[in-house]
Amino acid sequence: MKQKKFKNAAERRNFTDQDSSNVLLAYFTSGMIWLLVGSVLAILASFKLHAPNFLGDISWLTFGRVRPLHLNTMVYGWASMTGAGVALWLLTRTLRVVIPMQKFLLGGIVLWNIGLTVGSFQILGGFSRGLEWLEFPFSSAIFILLGLLPLLISALTMLAYRATKHLYISVYYIIAGFIWIFALLLVAYIPDFDTTVQAGMNWWYAHNALGLWFTPICLAAAYYLIPKVTGRPIYSYSLSLLGFWTLALFYNWNGFHHLIGGPVPTWATTISIAASAMMIIPVVTVAVNHHLTVVGVFKRVVNSPTLRFVVFGAMSYTFVSLQGSLQALRNVNEVVHFTHYVIAHAHIGMYAFVTMVLFGSLYYIMPRITGNEWHSKGMIKWHFWLSAVGIILYIVALQIGGIWQGMLMNNPDIPFLDIVEKMKPFLESRSFAAILLTSGHIVFAYSFFKVIKTDTIQENEIVTLSD
Amino acid sequence: MGNNILLIFGAVALFISSMLGLVYIPQMLADKEVNQVEYVAPNIENGHKIYVREGCVYCHTQQVRPKGFGADFERGWGEASLPEDYKGLTPHVLGTMRTGPDLANIGKRQPSRDWHYTHLYAPESVSPGSIMPPFPWLFEVVDEDEATSRKPINLPGEYAKEGKKVIPTEEAEHLVDYLLSLDQEREKE
Repeated sequence: MKQKKFKNAAERRNFTDQDSSNVLLAYFTSGMIWLLVGSVLAILASFKLHAPNFLGDISWLTFGRVRPLHLNTMVYGWASMTGAGVALWLLTRTLRVVIPMQKFLLGGIVLWNIGLTVGSFQILGGFSRGLEWLEFPFSSAIFILLGLLPLLISALTMLAYRATKHLYISVYYIIAGFIWIFALLLVAYIPDFDTTVQAGMNWWYAHNALGLWFTPICLAAAYYLIPKVTGRPIYSYSLSLLGFWTLALFYNWNGFHHLIGGPVPTWATTISIAASAMMIIPVVTVAVNHHLTVVGVFKRVVNSPTLRFVVFGAMSYTFVSLQGSLQALRNVNEVVHFTHYVIAHAHIGMYAFVTMVLFGSLYYIMPRITGNEWHSKGMIKWHFWLSAVGIILYIVALQIGGIWQGMLMNNPDIPFLDIVEKMKPFLESRSFAAILLTSGHIVFAYSFFKVIKTDTIQENEIVTLSD
Repeated sequence: MGNNILLIFGAVALFISSMLGLVYIPQMLADKEVNQVEYVAPNIENGHKIYVREGCVYCHTQQVRPKGFGADFERGWGEASLPEDYKGLTPHVLGTMRTGPDLANIGKRQPSRDWHYTHLYAPESVSPGSIMPPFPWLFEVVDEDEATSRKPINLPGEYAKEGKKVIPTEEAEHLVDYLLSLDQEREKE
């Protein structure tokens, strides 16, 4: 790679942002489209749970096909593609290099989108692989792997050619995340496991997809954006390294807590319960860094579109992780396992944390790579409140309902169909939440495409949400 | 550069440790006898595929928790499931959600083929208030006087179709064969 001298940091940043603009916009646009697809599927799945005959005659829209496709489009489409773009952009800033191999990355994005599209038809058509979080058959998943490969190579090349001496904490998370997701998918598509071992592999994978891919990227984004926008250094740098290495050590042993009480070796579930409890260490260290850095500058958080979302996400991370440690304990798990509570827990992770941090990151990155500001304060506020209120309603409804559901199920005197009946209001509330969230996504998509299309470059204007 | 190597090596090593610990060691320790799967009839295997295809696993578990952990036993769902109860059928359908009841022993708990057909075609007709989706594409609706190789299913009052009868397809037959084969107790006795 060639070295280039810049007059100042601003000039360097402008140069890398413009250089990476096409690739990043390809990731973000793909992500946005899959977010909208996933939202439609979410609404369908949610309504079908309290109105089972709604579109009930159409085999390819049955709950058992729409629901996994919702998960796969959100996970491998929206969150993975947007997350990949955010991660690459963070590397250009923290390593001070441009993105290499852009043609391969663009080719990878095309293959990735082909994989997602073919895979979507396969799931709806009844060709699901049948493993949760891994429903895409090998024939479409291979395209996603091919999309991830240039990302991994590109990120490692950036690391090797970096122009900084010091490695910022975000780099640790991102490089590790790229290595981990690629390795995870390789293992997950090696087919030969016994039935119950396959279940173990399945949950080892699914938990790690969140813990070793989305979590690192979103923590990296929060670690970069919180100090950047508030203008304060992170609270403790050495603590951040402890947080990274303890996450790497403990998170990947968590998966078997999805199988407590199941037909798998008890020692394995016990290890996972212990590792889940140990997650308190990385979570608290990250919490100290993220939360103490914004203490006292709350106004800046509220006024910045980026920080509103990112800080909401960072707070959700602390909450969801501590909740996760708690619900892995056997006596808590006895109640909440197999209930809607866990579905809500997963959405605190994938939405209140991951998705909100990605939204916040896009609010920061998009103006920089396009040269255009967000055109409407009001729409950012609407997006924030629809998302925040929607996800809080989702969580409160399903977690209260879920705990009740678990308590009722553990009381054998209550007939099962009574429990189904009692859960209906909670499921209806979730559908209402899904409409709020989807409305937020539509508002965001409108702003997003407007930023791309606007061709007038405004004078260094920065949108704040203060009145 | 030292940091680069530490980072990459550390990330890979920690990943491999849990991969071995939670995936490959359980596979190695798995009782090889368990893998010597008894014969699974092709119709049951096909039924399992349809169970997977329709996503039954998103609402039904097939894993009974041990006595004293939850109320599975008291609900009559059976005894704690063991690895050998699954006949080597993959993908696994252990499930993690009980929007509907556990099905590990449904073949024993509900041995009526007719009930299953009716339930799959119109769940609410036999389980009032159920939120299970119907699976009409596993059935054919034909004129009452048409000759068919399979006998029509029973549909209570309001669900019956005037002048028509509902015939299970081969797929419905295989799915119900599979459901009726689910009986982990049989193996334990």
